[in-house]
Amino acid sequence: MKQYLKNTFDGIFTVLVGMKVTFKHLFTPAVTIQYPDVKVKLPERVRNRLYVNMDDCIGCDQCSRACPVSCIEIETVKSIPGEDLGITSNGKKKALWVTKFNIDIAKCCYCQLCVFPCPTECIYMTDVYEFAEYERSNFLYKFATLTDEEAVQKKINYEKLQAEKAAAAAKPKPETPAQTENKPE
Amino acid sequence: MYQFLYDLIGNEILAGLLVAVVPLTIILVFALFGIWLERKVSAHMQDRLGPMRTGWHGWLQTVADLMKMLQKEDIIATDADKTLYNIAPVLVFTGSFAAYAVIPFSSKLLGSEVEIGLFYVIAISSLVVAGILMAGWSANNKYSLLGAMRAAAQIISYEIPTALIVLSMVMFTGTLSLDKISQMQTSSFWNWNIFGGAIFGLSKFLLIPFMIVGALIIFTSTLAEVNRVPFDIPEAESELVAGYFTEYCGMKWGMFMLAEYGNMFAVSAIISILFLGGYQSPIGYLGNSIGTQWLVPFEQGFWFIAKGLALVFVQMWLRWTLPRLRVDQLMTVCWKYLIPFAFINLIIIGIISLI
Repeated sequence: MKQYLKNTFDGIFTVLVGMKVTFKHLFTPAVTIQYPDVKVKLPERVRNRLYVNMDDCIGCDQCSRACPVSCIEIETVKSIPGEDLGITSNGKKKALWVTKFNIDIAKCCYCQLCVFPCPTECIYMTDVYEFAEYERSNFLYKFATLTDEEAVQKKINYEKLQAEKAAAAAKPKPETPAQTENKPE
Repeated sequence: MYQFLYDLIGNEILAGLLVAVVPLTIILVFALFGIWLERKVSAHMQDRLGPMRTGWHGWLQTVADLMKMLQKEDIIATDADKTLYNIAPVLVFTGSFAAYAVIPFSSKLLGSEVEIGLFYVIAISSLVVAGILMAGWSANNKYSLLGAMRAAAQIISYEIPTALIVLSMVMFTGTLSLDKISQMQTSSFWNWNIFGGAIFGLSKFLLIPFMIVGALIIFTSTLAEVNRVPFDIPEAESELVAGYFTEYCGMKWGMFMLAEYGNMFAVSAIISILFLGGYQSPIGYLGNSIGTQWLVPFEQGFWFIAKGLALVFVQMWLRWTLPRLRVDQLMTVCWKYLIPFAFINLIIIGIISLI
């Protein structure tokens, strides 16, 4: 009988204890973050979408070689004398036309290895993380600033220069073989 | 209510239909509001926010869900007993809806002024058991059947303490009419039955502890009758998928949901009529003090809904506090604890009301 009354009391008492706990939580501010409206501030060194600042790119191809998944594709054409490509923000003179700078972000593994070798710090990780797409082809980010026609024109200019040089070199010394086109990939 | 409408319209059928529409509207609106409240209460008790994106703090979420439910395909399993399967949700909903027929929302808004209102409510709410058993059996699914069997065992067991407490209140008040019980507890909260009713003297103070025990017992047993946590083993999600309505989808499932919320408010209304003064205001009426008598029924309606919602909130509060009881624990609580206490309570209240 004593046990029976104790059970009854415990039953009511423990329920009230539980109710007190839940009632306290009813007025605790929620921890929910209303995601699309409110965003958590990301850490400083967060690794997300890659971005290339083409004003600073000198087309050195080091990022492409550092990439472990080969998601960066760069093609460059040498400039001809007289063309001014400007200088980068840290004073390096640009010498190559970057005709193609593609990053396939779908392949990217966000390792950030491409960022460190860059001599002008023009490729870096941004804090943009919402870039879902419906088409896989949209993940191929094209950063080259030259239009296709311009790129073709630059190539023709360079080849013309090479041909002229070769012609000039061939005249006095015909025995030297024509210089082969040395275009970085 | 019916008499008033009949005098107004002069057509028996139309007046009857209109009287029936009022509780239906209340039950539908309450179900919409109740589901939203349940979500918000559960969310805030778990330090979440709950639905936030449809309307102000997600108040349109239930409407959106209802739209989805109406568009759903009505699937009936091949081996199900189609007739019973289709009748079951209607029967369950009828059981909870019919209880509203006698519940007095205010002194002017009475569905039916029957003298045996309490008896009728106890009787008609048993219809739900038949519906649930039908649903579980006809679906031809082991989980449904298990859920239905558990529901039948649980609801029938817990009807006994409910009936005993109702009996003690009938002994105390001397009437079965819900309207008369409400009228007895008028003028102040001190006259509510939980505080010994509108009598004065020693017996009132003697009654108070037993009335509180009675209110606790009837609250617990009605909580079990509407299959809510911690007594939700008939629809235990983690064991039985959804219990007796596992196989239902679309609006038929919606009817079970509607019946659950309808039942929640119905039992809260019964408890508030028996113990908390029904539609009576705890502090007196504004309409009486400023001399506008027509305001009083509206105030009574407000107090009735407020009391009902407060009890519904406690039901939700318990749901998000307690874990589910095991089957044997459930039966222990009913047969070993609630029923003996209800019996003792019945006898003591009987003796005290004699002196």
